[in-house]
Amino acid sequence: MSDIAERVKKIVVEHLGVEPEKVVEGANFIDDLGADSLDTVELVMAFEEEFNVEIPDDAAETIQTVGDAVKFLEKNSA
Amino acid sequence: MFDLTGRKALVTGATGGLGGAIARALHAQGASVALSGTRQEALEALAGELGHERVHVTPCNLADAQAVEALVPAAESALGGLDILVNNAGITRDNLFLRMKDEEWEQVLAVNLTAAFRLSRAAVKGMMRRRSGRIVNIGSVVGSTGNPGQGNYAAAKAGLVGLTKALAAEVASRNITVNCIAPGFIASPMTDELNDKQREGILTRVPMGRLGSGAEVAAATVYLASDEAAYVTGHTLHVNGGMAML
Repeated sequence: MSDIAERVKKIVVEHLGVEPEKVVEGANFIDDLGADSLDTVELVMAFEEEFNVEIPDDAAETIQTVGDAVKFLEKNSA
Repeated sequence: MFDLTGRKALVTGATGGLGGAIARALHAQGASVALSGTRQEALEALAGELGHERVHVTPCNLADAQAVEALVPAAESALGGLDILVNNAGITRDNLFLRMKDEEWEQVLAVNLTAAFRLSRAAVKGMMRRRSGRIVNIGSVVGSTGNPGQGNYAAAKAGLVGLTKALAAEVASRNITVNCIAPGFIASPMTDELNDKQREGILTRVPMGRLGSGAEVAAATVYLASDEAAYVTGHTLHVNGGMAML
């Protein structure tokens, strides 16, 4: 697992209070990890802070799984 | 009851009669307060009155969008966080509807409604992270009843009620409450200028037969800001001596 994936996983576990084993690449934040719409906004804010990037709304909408987040951040974080 | 020791509060329009009373009351309950307004001298005077302890002065012109965006971060860094936001600042540009200019409409909406939206949006970020917070919007009885010559003001104040309810629903799960206080006629430098006849005319509409005081509105703010009001959200609390029982 890449460094970015590890950091993403840590944020998701902390924010959603879920078991680390459940935070797999294909896990959907809402359907699999029990996030509500406010949680997803908070996660995006947390990713922005952790990786020092700005995630525009249209990009945020495409981040629905753990893997989506990792992919976006691998491409866009410095 | 209603102890606010350790809480950090930002009050806009703190140079006004109502804002000053609210800042004093929050401070008296133990909160640290950031005083915002356009007149630095008046803010400094109020800070001096409060003994310069647990008080910060954060001037801001709420008609200036960029200045508004900078206010919450400035208050958060001065206070070390933000638990309570009181959107109190308001202006009037009264005119009969037929004569009301676009600028009069826009200025009132910008300061009384849009600034509250921007400040709340900024404040809620940190409150969500901390899983607690209080936002109190100061509306007006005219937001519910209307008032001739105040189409812009009444629209902005009614708008605050809708903003309050929508935001309250969104952030309730994070232990953040959002409420509105709607004062009626409150004694202020503005009402001091009324002549006896005008004053009498107003008081015939108030069952209590007197104007309210800033302290009475401030007490309602203290309540809504307190832990004791944790289950009250999306509400509009009318403080109007019975002039409109809503």
